[in-house]
Amino acid sequence: MKGTLSSVVIKQEWDIVGARQAGRQVSQDLGFGSVDQARIATAISELARNIYLYTEEGEITFEEVRDIPKVGLKIIAQDQGPGIKDLSAVMRDGYSTSGGLGAGLPGVKRLMDHFDLESDENGTKVTAIKWAR
Amino acid sequence: MRVPILKLHNYLLVSIQIELDDQTAMKFQEDLLGKIHDTGASGVVIDLTSVEVVDSFIAKVFGDVVSMADLMGAKVVFTGVQPAVSMTLIELGIYLKEVPTALDLEQGIIKLRQELEEK
Repeated sequence: MKGTLSSVVIKQEWDIVGARQAGRQVSQDLGFGSVDQARIATAISELARNIYLYTEEGEITFEEVRDIPKVGLKIIAQDQGPGIKDLSAVMRDGYSTSGGLGAGLPGVKRLMDHFDLESDENGTKVTAIKWAR
Repeated sequence: MRVPILKLHNYLLVSIQIELDDQTAMKFQEDLLGKIHDTGASGVVIDLTSVEVVDSFIAKVFGDVVSMADLMGAKVVFTGVQPAVSMTLIELGIYLKEVPTALDLEQGIIKLRQELEEK
């Protein structure tokens, strides 16, 4: 059983804040504790910023996932941007092409319970799941 | 939106009470350095008690502001980092080792005094 809860289009810088506020609300509704809400909001912020920095536009979708008795939040960040050229490099701590800290994707992987990255010349899709405890 | 910066004797006090987007964070950085210059403040306390999310960008802005203020001759101390923020930052892989911190505003002022006396 699963369902889409909400989605946020990422086009402008302010959408990063909108996405993380939406994610915080959704995670609160699903019963996540405050630390997990912060982890989820931070992960969303990193994913949304990647879309904003490297593509024209993208979307972050929130889905409820169930693996009885567990409830989880699935975050899908998708764009039709140029894709990531070096997938292993972006998963390395400290790697950045934009002058950032290079904590984004490897950080999201550590903050979440499941992390999957697909990318080709037609775009990038990151899927991440956090299970409520 | 702007972050208010208050002057108290030789110090500047900041309490971040709004959701920081990238632009606001950058503007704050600029405002703070300008205010240090204008007032000749020797120390700054930035209180993060109300801040619930610090992502890698905001963390970079915070780390940079410490170095930038340091170049100008002012010390910055961050206070009130929430447990969830601390856990999230370390899991993200951001250690901010160069950033002086204290538990709360009171401890922050004490730390500033110590740092400034050591100079």
